[in-house]
Amino acid sequence: MINRNQLIALLVVFGLIATCPFWVKSAPTMNTIIAVLYIALLGQSWNILGGYGGQFSFGHAAFFGTGAYTVAVLQIQLGINPWIGLIAGGLLATFVALVIGFASFRYGLRGSYFALVTLAFAEVLRILSNSVSFTGGGVGLLIPLDRRFSNLQFEDNRGYFWVIWALCLVCFLTVWWIGRSRFGAWLMAVRDNEDAARALGVDVFRTKMGAVALSGFFSGVAGVFYAQFYLYLDPSIAYGSAISIESLLVPIIGGMGTLFGPLIGAGVIHFLSELTRHFVGDVPGVALSIYGVLLILIVMFLPRGLISIGTVLLGKSRRRANA
Amino acid sequence: MVDPVILIPSFINGLTTGALYALVALGLTLIYGVLHIINFAHGAMLMMALYGVFFLHRLFGIDPYVALLIVPPAMFAIGYVLQRFVISKASHGRDENILLVTLGLSIVIENMALYFFRSDTRTIDTPYSFEVVEFAGAFLPLPKVVAFFGALLTAALLWAFMARTDLGRAIRALAKERRGARLVGINVDHVFAMSFGIGVACLGVAACLLLPGYYVNPQVGYGFVLIAFTTVVLGGMGSFVGAMIGGLVIGVVEAMGGLFLGDSLGQFGIFAIFILILLFRPTGLLGHKV
Repeated sequence: MINRNQLIALLVVFGLIATCPFWVKSAPTMNTIIAVLYIALLGQSWNILGGYGGQFSFGHAAFFGTGAYTVAVLQIQLGINPWIGLIAGGLLATFVALVIGFASFRYGLRGSYFALVTLAFAEVLRILSNSVSFTGGGVGLLIPLDRRFSNLQFEDNRGYFWVIWALCLVCFLTVWWIGRSRFGAWLMAVRDNEDAARALGVDVFRTKMGAVALSGFFSGVAGVFYAQFYLYLDPSIAYGSAISIESLLVPIIGGMGTLFGPLIGAGVIHFLSELTRHFVGDVPGVALSIYGVLLILIVMFLPRGLISIGTVLLGKSRRRANA
Repeated sequence: MVDPVILIPSFINGLTTGALYALVALGLTLIYGVLHIINFAHGAMLMMALYGVFFLHRLFGIDPYVALLIVPPAMFAIGYVLQRFVISKASHGRDENILLVTLGLSIVIENMALYFFRSDTRTIDTPYSFEVVEFAGAFLPLPKVVAFFGALLTAALLWAFMARTDLGRAIRALAKERRGARLVGINVDHVFAMSFGIGVACLGVAACLLLPGYYVNPQVGYGFVLIAFTTVVLGGMGSFVGAMIGGLVIGVVEAMGGLFLGDSLGQFGIFAIFILILLFRPTGLLGHKV
């Protein structure tokens, strides 16, 4: 029942979002909606592995950057259509995810170790993309401007809206499926108590590999979208720590292991970054400092994220009523 | 074959850098060994200490080696307070939360530094910055030689402290058996915070030894933190001797990698070690369990 209600809620929310292009007239507002959806996709991809699987990645940029570079390199160096690049980027990111997953999960590396391994892999990829020539090295890659639908570039940003809306919908539906499927039950069992899950016959390794693959795929797809939207990439954008931090902050703020958490988190993060830009301007460091403070505060006071704020307040008042 | 005339100096140079890596890693491994948490803010705190040394010199003319009397105690106090009143409060008994809180701390420290000091790279001038010592055909900058012996001395002092003092025994007891330590009357919160403080104080020492021959900018910690993690993973989480050996090995690998592959790919050797160790011997050279 809960699952069916969640599906209905999900479809209603995405249905409402889908009305935006028809009544939002200003391009900047449309860009805001696109940005929130893109951040939600990034956050939801982390949520699959971190929120549902309990495996905290500190280097999701490894997947994001791989997706972004794939679509850019295929286009620029080989002239391959970005729609194919979209799939290729997702798949290559999945491959990277499986390699990282295999390296870590084979020996049952948990918690801090996994965070370290992902961080190190992202850093290795950043150094590599800085040193080889087909990625343009430190100069980066500029995707040539050619605004056509067949080129995954749009004159009207409503085109970008529909692409990111559809990608988000697929990702959120996948997470909804995780919430109700046997695979999802295994995954959450592994998160809650790995040894108990193993004792009950869950194949821990394969479950984690499944989660890291899905997570990597959607993160890579978010990277492809980023590349097509901004048409520029360099190693510190693609594989830098900012993307990794944003990926984990979004679901943690919104609520880890929940379907709608990343959407809430994305809204909050985007609102905050706009707010700081408005009041402080583009001074380096301010926005990320605020993210850091927010991360600490949320972990301290609201470990289940903003989505739990209702239950937390209700629980408190109930406790007070009982006392 | 590379001429030993180049090889040996580069090897010695790597050893001196490695001693500092070892010192940074020592703090990390102490914190991990006792609290079983990875301090992600380690690099950011090193950067903070480096700025401390820098401004003591710039504003008050205090020599970095004299700052050894000021910076490590200050770092100790910061570490103690952070552990006792922020990190432990935020954990809710879950290691993942500690990981996130220390990550949050590192983000805040690094970006505040970026905001206040901008991304300019700063160095200090001391009369001995460019002094050179000749050893086995290698010309070593004097600050590096001092740093090498300073790091070894600090490690020895720390080892003696852990082995001989009551607090050292309490820390080791806590690392082995948390509940047992509490039962025999050890104030767990206090000793945890002391361990964290000592681990962070190591960074203060490292900063004082490092700066005369090095530089500081807001990103400087980032490079060190990955190297320190690699060192700790290589040596075995929580192992003192492992951290020392690991640090020296990493220093040499970096120097050799720089010699054979060029500077930008020299770092690559470090990560290659990191990933290989995790793949084939995740307990490290001297560690016992994951």
